[in-house]
Amino acid sequence: MIVAMILLATGMIWGLTGGLQYVIPGFLKQYLSFEKVRPLHVSSVVFWIILGAMGAVFTYLQQHTGKKIYSQTFLKIQLVIFIFSITGILISYSLGIFGGREYWEYPPVFALPIAIGWILFLINFIKSVGSLKKQPVYVWMWLTGVLFFLFTFLESYLWIFPYFRNNIVNDMTVQWKSYGSMVGSWNMLIYGSSIFLMDKISNTKSYSHSGIAFILYFTGLFNLMFNWGHHIYTLPTHTYIKHISYAVSMTELFILGRIIYQWKSTLSLAKKNFHLIAYRFLAAADVWIFLTLLLAIFMSIPGINVYTHGTHITVAHTMGATIGINSFLLLAIAFDIFSESCYSFESYKKIVNRGYWITNISLFVFWVSLIGAGIIKARWQLSTSQVPFSDMMLQLRPYLILFVIAGTTMTTGFYFVIFPLLKNQLLCYFGKATKERKQQDIIHLPVSE
Amino acid sequence: MSLIIIERSMLSEKYKQIIAVTLIIIFLFYSLYLYLSLPVKEGPVTNMVLKGKSIWQQSNCIACHQVYGLGGYLGPDLTNTYTLRGPAYITAFLQSGTAIMPKFHLKKIEIEALLAYLQNLDASGKADPRTFTINTNGTIEQ
Repeated sequence: MIVAMILLATGMIWGLTGGLQYVIPGFLKQYLSFEKVRPLHVSSVVFWIILGAMGAVFTYLQQHTGKKIYSQTFLKIQLVIFIFSITGILISYSLGIFGGREYWEYPPVFALPIAIGWILFLINFIKSVGSLKKQPVYVWMWLTGVLFFLFTFLESYLWIFPYFRNNIVNDMTVQWKSYGSMVGSWNMLIYGSSIFLMDKISNTKSYSHSGIAFILYFTGLFNLMFNWGHHIYTLPTHTYIKHISYAVSMTELFILGRIIYQWKSTLSLAKKNFHLIAYRFLAAADVWIFLTLLLAIFMSIPGINVYTHGTHITVAHTMGATIGINSFLLLAIAFDIFSESCYSFESYKKIVNRGYWITNISLFVFWVSLIGAGIIKARWQLSTSQVPFSDMMLQLRPYLILFVIAGTTMTTGFYFVIFPLLKNQLLCYFGKATKERKQQDIIHLPVSE
Repeated sequence: MSLIIIERSMLSEKYKQIIAVTLIIIFLFYSLYLYLSLPVKEGPVTNMVLKGKSIWQQSNCIACHQVYGLGGYLGPDLTNTYTLRGPAYITAFLQSGTAIMPKFHLKKIEIEALLAYLQNLDASGKADPRTFTINTNGTIEQ
């Protein structure tokens, strides 16, 4: 979790640098041009999500089973592998050495240690869980996330074989099949952990064993497996892929409908628990789930996707999902885990509260500015008398300036939130926490039935 | 009513396992079917195209440019740029860079390989959304 948060903190700096390169053409071009900055940002924040999710699963798995994980050695090896791989990846970007695949832009050789590290995670997880019988929904979600991440990660490297690589349409079809499902995999890890946290806060396991929890889980799994085609509606690939994806994506309306139906009770629950820092982030994520899902459903209709595809509306969706949902849920989990492991956050409540509101308001402005930029680009893409690309970029400038300002305040807000978390953990490991307290914290009691 | 029935039956371990296994089997079958019947069946591409693709990846062009609307947002979509702008225009950009795009110091043979790749990409289809037909049921046709 500490490594993950350091990656988040540095990843945001790369994000801001990239944002500045949009509004100040040629900014740092000689030293760190955009083709270096973008992967530095993307990989840092993607590994924040992945490492954060792994940390959440390992911690909550121990709390769920009431015993230590199967192998601490595997865990340590896995962590070392990831730290060395991520360091190597970031250095390779800085040196301009790329594999050049979107999102996984590092040389493919780094994929091998990551896959090995993930296999250790899988073994550790399966051995620690034992049987799936009578397990709550979050254990199912964790297992799904761990298994499918490995599958899709390996699938995303099929391009190294000429059979898949030689034709661009074939290559992109398989590439986006893997990416679409991969995002669903880490969502499973994070959403599963947040369900565990909700059970913990409400001191009940009724939801995680309920039928509706499993219906929603299977809806999510169904989408993870088959809705990836909405990324490639405009690619001249098989038509059946697009039709399947369109139909499957519409099942998310059921999830959206349930959020609206439950809105009132969600609101009263939020009022009741809002004094808990962890809960505040869960509540914020709830709002972002609604907004992001709404946008995702619209974008999954091919006739609408034609307008939004390739525009900043897609980026707005991604930012809503990775910041508003994934990052907020991981921060909620981090506050829960860290407050138990060393010191309480009482003395930091004011600064965290300030950070929370700055982050949320900034994210909304950030999101709206991207949608605004996206609408202008969409109009340009469909215009019959198209002005040059550079002129269209000039029209986006006010929105992009707003985007950078909101990005800067959002980063500041995030730092207000991360600082107490990091300080807490560093003090815990290297400072004043007593040995007894540390030992107590290795295993927590399972959540009461 | 039907939701209540589904909800109750979902509590059964047996049903959960049946649903999970069925979904996984369908997913694996779907994946395998796709791998074995990829959308485009054509003969081998030239070495120049493959070399061009390799340079495209090593220079991380996708960070700024898009292909079929997927990729970065700083530069234009390059799917059909070969037809729209022509090789001379592309060569000039590659040789000089722009205020935003760095000069990649590519050799002549590397520029030729990139041009071959962009030509091959151009021939794969149309990415311009204005060329799509939107049907009343929300689907699109290329």
